[in-house]
Parts: sequence; C-alpha cells; structure tokens
Amino acid sequence: MIETDILIIGAGPTGLFAVFEAGLLKLKCHLIDALPQIGGQLAELYPKKPIYDIPGYPEVLAGDLVTNLMEQIKQFQPGFTLGETAETIEKLEDGTFIVTTNEGTKHHAKAIAIAGGLGTFEPRKPILKDLEFYEKEDRGVDYFIKDPEKYRGKNVVISGGGDSALDWSVFLTDVAASVTLVHRRNEFRGALDSVEKVQELKSLGKIKLITPGEVVGFKGSERIESVDIEVNGARMNVVTDYFIPLFGLTPKLGAIANWGLEIEKNAIKVNNALDYQTNIDGIYAIGDVNIYPGKLKLILCGFHEATLMCQSVYNRINPGKKYVLKYTTVSGIDGFDGTRKEAEKAVVKSID
Amino acid sequence: MAQDITITITDREGVTHEVQAPTDMNMSIMELVRAYELAPEGTIGICGGMAMCASCQCYVLNEVPLPEKGPDEEAMLWEAFNVKENSRLGCQIHITEAIDGLAIELAPEA
Ligand SMILES: Cc1cc2nc3c(=O)[nH]c(=O)nc-3n(C[C@H](O)[C@H](O)[C@H](O)COP(=O)(O)OP(=O)(O)OC[C@H]3O[C@@H](n4cnc5c(N)ncnc54)[C@H](O)[C@@H]3O)c2cc1C
Ligand code: FES
Repeated sequence: MIETDILIIGAGPTGLFAVFEAGLLKLKCHLIDALPQIGGQLAELYPKKPIYDIPGYPEVLAGDLVTNLMEQIKQFQPGFTLGETAETIEKLEDGTFIVTTNEGTKHHAKAIAIAGGLGTFEPRKPILKDLEFYEKEDRGVDYFIKDPEKYRGKNVVISGGGDSALDWSVFLTDVAASVTLVHRRNEFRGALDSVEKVQELKSLGKIKLITPGEVVGFKGSERIESVDIEVNGARMNVVTDYFIPLFGLTPKLGAIANWGLEIEKNAIKVNNALDYQTNIDGIYAIGDVNIYPGKLKLILCGFHEATLMCQSVYNRINPGKKYVLKYTTVSGIDGFDGTRKEAEKAVVKSID
Repeated sequence: MAQDITITITDREGVTHEVQAPTDMNMSIMELVRAYELAPEGTIGICGGMAMCASCQCYVLNEVPLPEKGPDEEAMLWEAFNVKENSRLGCQIHITEAIDGLAIELAPEA
C-alpha cells in the first residue's frame, strides 16, 4: 500500500504544482496518472506549442513548462503511479481514503485532490462490427501497446496515420513476425523521420504498407484470425494475430463520475468560495476538472486552486494548528531530501 | 464596430439554433458552439482547435463559400469517423463576414 498525505489524481500542470505548494506545508504527495508520462494536456496534446499566458514567461513551450514544474517539485520527492487509472475510492472511518487503480495498486491518503483535467484519455475506436467482442480477454484487438514483447513472433496489423501508428510500426518490425500498416490515405501525419523510416522499412520488405486502405471487418471465432481490408473499393484479407487501431485519444471523466461527487457539465462541482472541496469532505477537485460560477479552464487558475487546496488540507490534517503564510523569498524552501534553498544573505561587512 | 453575423447550428439532438457570431474576436465555429453551449462540455474542442481530435466535426448544410481545407484539416478528416462529403472541422472555420448565413450540423460524438 502506498502511503501519502495528499493523493493527487492527475499529473497535469495543476497536479504537479500542487506538489510544490503541499511541500511548503510539509505535506507529502503521490500522483496517479492514466497516461504513461506526466504533463497532462500539455504533454499529450501540445508539447511543442508555445503558451503565452503564464505569468513571468512571455512565451514557454508546453513541454518545457512541464520540465520546469518537475524541476521545481523535485525536492519534495513526489511518488508516481503512471499508466494506471484511479478507479475506486473508499473512505475509512478515520476520514482517510483508499484509492485503487485499474491495475489494483492501492493508495492510502489523508486527502484526495482530483486534478483530472478533461478526464482519462481513452482510445478513439473505429466503428466496426464485433469490435467489442475482440477487444476483450486478449482476443486480438488492442488500443495501447503496453508491452511490445506481447507481440514477439506474432502477425500485427496497425491502422492509423499519425505518430503513434508510425512509431509502433517501426518499433514492432524488430519484434513481430510481420507488421502491416493500414492507413486511409497515402500521406501520413507524423514526424518526418518516422515517415521516412516507414518508407525505408517498406522498401526493405519489413513493413507491409496498405494505403489508401481501411480495416472493415474481422474473421475468427475464438479470437481474431484475419482482418478484411478495403483497398480502392476492392477487398482483401490479411491473416493476423493482432489488430491495433491507433486513432488518437479522447478524454472521458471515466470512473471518477461514479464516486458520488456532484457533477455538472462533465466537471466536478466545488466550493470555490473556500477551498475547492467537493461535496465529499476530504476530496478536492482542482484545475480543468472542476466547475464553479465563472470557472476558467486555464493553467494559471489551476495553480491558484492547487494553492488554496493545500492550505485547506493542512488545516484538515492539523486541526487547531495555525498556519502562518510565509514567503519563499524570506523563509526559503526545505526539501524532503534534506536540501535547503534560500536567497543569498547580504554580505555583512563592518565599517571601520 | 464589426458587424455580427448569423450562423445556424443544428446540435446533436437535432435542435436548430440561429446564433449571432462576432467577427472581431478571432473565433472559430468550434468556439462559437462552446460559447453558446450547444454541446456538452468536454465533447467539442478537445484538442483546443488544432485539427487533432475531430470532436468539432460538422456537416455544412448550405452553399455559403468557405475557405479551402488546409492539409491538417484534410488529414484529420481522413482519420475521423462519420465523415461525409460535406464534413468540415469547426475549429478550422474562422468567423468572418464572408460566412454570414452558414448553416451546419454537428457530427455525432465519436
Ligand atoms: C491545444 C491547447 C492549447 C492550450 N493553450 C493554453 C494556454 O495557452 N494557456 C492556458 O492557460 N491553458 C491552455 N490550455 C488549457 C490547459 O492545457 C489546461 O487548462 C490544463 O492542461 C489543465 O491542467 P490540469 O492539470 O487541470 O489537467 P490536464 O492537463 O488535463 O491533466 C489531467 C491529467 O489527469 C489524468 N487523469 C484524469 N482522470 C484520471 C484518472 N481517473 N486516473 C488517473 N489519471 C487521470 C489525465 O490522464 C491527465 O494527464 C490549452 C489546451 C489545449 C488543448
Ligand atoms: S477542436 Fe480538435 S479538431 Fe477541431
């Protein structure tokens, strides 16, 4: 069981900055994110785009902001459970919580901060008959490649035209028995070197490229045995063990919607006059995932909400203990790793 | 002051709304749908208008001349679902006086 003071669900900018504000109050944080990497929308949707409305940064790339946030919170040693989705929550008699992920990882925390943004990113699925049957119990349809070894010596059909379809096709040529990449048009939308790599592997006969083509059906009783592909109005059948559609991700609030929280317009209602707490005592919602009158879904607003949430958790965990607001410029920062950061003291020099 | 224009939007429930759209705020059709809350939060404009999610896909219902599709829009529509001849991405259609009277229908949520 992972033990922490504040369990933060979502490692986007809001969740990451919350670690810093919690650290100043000597509160430990652990973060869960459904994605394999930190950074939320900034890392998943627009890492190379500049952001112009972060105070003090006339311009900063989304990816760089994430790197900087990570650098800023390093000394507070947050824990991470990445690539897992927070699924269930249980409130114990002492007011603490146990959150379990889809992989069964358990986290015990004194307070919960949901910083889930738009929700978990789920795969966009093609509209195909019997898809639901084949996506269960390893019957051959996968939407994520978690462990490439699973495909060792197998035949794989990938479809999609973006970076992940290209990158995984390239990667799996060294692992799978055969890789077929199917895309609805001849042009691909990915980094130039990935496109060139696929081109090269195609000419070496290591990737079978079918464009413009579309997977339109499956064959197989227990599990997939082959897929039907429509190419220029004609049909062909390709024998395969796996079909991996990679059409990008779409966010859904997911399991959190069943936690008994008050939801409005796909977001969690909070008390914004006070501390961004939800209708359940001890569960907070900060950043894009919450809603209150006048809510703005901006990074800046998430940072502010994270700060007030941490103060409230401090009071919850230390009832009756008065917290006095300190300025980091004056009091410095004590990391959990024993580091101390403070402004240089002015040189004291005696004057004769 | 720049003139507002009129856009007709049929939502995913089949209800048609005639809305006024400002031409001086650098808005797109996707943002207009969000501003008038014609689709539930989180179901349109997921990629922030970067032609990367197709959540803003709409069908153009009349002959109002629209700017050509750019390569990003073209590519996204190739990958999207429920695509028809008259599909466009709302985030790639900017609101200008030239599109006054445009009628669109939101494509189903995919
Ligand atoms: C194209 C684009 C451009 C933008 N430009 C700007 C800008 O210029 N300025 C600005 O201020 N804002 C901008 N935004 C908005 C900004 O990205 C968001 O406000 C910000 O990302 C919200 O941060 P967050 O941490 O609250 O949520 P997110 O960044 O959405 O992170 C939430 C994280 O929670 C995870 N999660 C959700 N549910 C679960 C669960 N059950 N279990 C585990 N993990 C879960 C998700 O996987 C995700 O990683 C832009 C957004 C987009 C799409
Ligand atoms: S908002 Fe994502 S494609 Fe238009």
